[in-house]
Amino acid sequence: MEATYNYKVVRQFAIMTVVWGIVGMLVGVILSAQLIWPALTEALGPLAPYLSYGRIRPLHTNAVIFAFGGCALFATSLYIVQRTCQTRLLSDGLASFVFWGWQLVILLAAVSLPLGVTSGKEYAELEWPIDLLIAVVWVAYAILFLGTVVIRKTQHIYVANWFFGAFIITIAVLHIVNSAQLPWILGGDATSWWKSYSAYAGVHDAMVQWWYGHNAVGFFLTTAFLGMMYYFVPKQAGRPIFSYRLSIVHFWSLNFIYMWAGPHHLLYTALPDWAQSLGVVFSLMLIAPSWGGMMNGIMTLSGAWHKLRTDPILKFLITALSFYGMSTFEGPMMSVKTVNALSHYTEWTIGHVHSGALGWVAMISIGSLYYLIPRLFGREEMWSTRLINVHFWWSTIGVVLYIAALWIAGVAQGLMWRATNADGTLTYSFAQSVNAMYPFYTIRLIGGTMFFAGMLLMAYNVWKTVAAGKAVNDARIPQAVAA
Amino acid sequence: MDAGVFGSLVTVIFFLLFIAIVWWAYRKGNKQKFEDAANLPFREDPEDARKPD
Repeated sequence: MEATYNYKVVRQFAIMTVVWGIVGMLVGVILSAQLIWPALTEALGPLAPYLSYGRIRPLHTNAVIFAFGGCALFATSLYIVQRTCQTRLLSDGLASFVFWGWQLVILLAAVSLPLGVTSGKEYAELEWPIDLLIAVVWVAYAILFLGTVVIRKTQHIYVANWFFGAFIITIAVLHIVNSAQLPWILGGDATSWWKSYSAYAGVHDAMVQWWYGHNAVGFFLTTAFLGMMYYFVPKQAGRPIFSYRLSIVHFWSLNFIYMWAGPHHLLYTALPDWAQSLGVVFSLMLIAPSWGGMMNGIMTLSGAWHKLRTDPILKFLITALSFYGMSTFEGPMMSVKTVNALSHYTEWTIGHVHSGALGWVAMISIGSLYYLIPRLFGREEMWSTRLINVHFWWSTIGVVLYIAALWIAGVAQGLMWRATNADGTLTYSFAQSVNAMYPFYTIRLIGGTMFFAGMLLMAYNVWKTVAAGKAVNDARIPQAVAA
Repeated sequence: MDAGVFGSLVTVIFFLLFIAIVWWAYRKGNKQKFEDAANLPFREDPEDARKPD
């Protein structure tokens, strides 16, 4: 029998990316409506507590990062590692385990978070039984991915796999260290057996949490999606990456620097001053690799700029890189203490996160999926290229509305909070600053809804493509060539 | 060893390591190797492949 690629697991994850993207973003839309109409879900009576803001906010972040983003990364990394190593995945059984294990994690999160079961750590809210399951699935994924790299038929390991490899190893370390916790059942109370307390205390707990939190951004939401970029941008542009050597320097400088930037989440707290300054300095240094990587991606189009006019998939990929550049400039700027004094705890932070999450992470994933899905279902291209173009404009205008509204909102908030009268009393009450937010919250809701609606368009387009196609299970592995 | 000295040593070692990586990446002798690697995604479908201008 001729050797073939395992497309099944890629297909499963690709479809679930669209599904979880819609679910996660819908929760986001509900949340942003709740900020305008706080009593929105109260009419639901006995159901109301499960949809209260405090419970579905972590549901939103977990769904979009780990369900939508996670599935997108599993799909693309498992596709890319096979194609660039020219070998089938290490094990089909392990691949199925990773898929179903991850879906179970998502399902458990979707049940436990609305029930109010949480460990209270941002982006690590899931309680210890789910944490254990995540660790097992992640190790299986590591074995599957790295094992496939080991049995490769090519001599060189393509740069995208380096980025995915760093992502997999780092997330394992981050998750295990930050999730170290004592289950309350050990204290002899079995009534809430799922409850746990962090193994760290006080400022150490805060530092471990933000070492985790920032590197979840750095390695989950950046490094891994750069792996996606280093494969799909060259493929869609039809030309190799602008500079492979720059990509090597990009990779190592990101890895050396990112690890130390976490303390910028804890400026002006009990964290020792030297640790705060260290976080600021490393955050500023991050501009160099981030912009180097962005230029490397964008310059890949050098000599083929005309393709941007006609190819909406390329538009998604290149616009994603532009947002990557924007948010990796904004981030270091916000980590400077004087800027942070104004921006921290305001809507500006939320705007910054979404500039990265919608503009960079979601758009690079959407572009990659539009490339991937027809190939997984034996089609030349998506059912409708025109719809991809409409989707592109809806999401771009949506993100711009979203982040512009929250920039203004955040700066206004920060200025109102710090304003004092001549006698030293506060000029504005907190409620006045909340009141000033209404117009911007409304613009944000419109922007977010546009982005969400774009995902529905995508789902329709994917549905039609799948219906017209046939699952490809016989993608032949070409004769290995030395490279 | 004092934690401060250890931290400084690691910083210097990492810096030198990084310089070595940059030197390795831009070494003339490795040029062809990396250009071949850049073409890895195109190895299987030659109709897609383009030589850099």
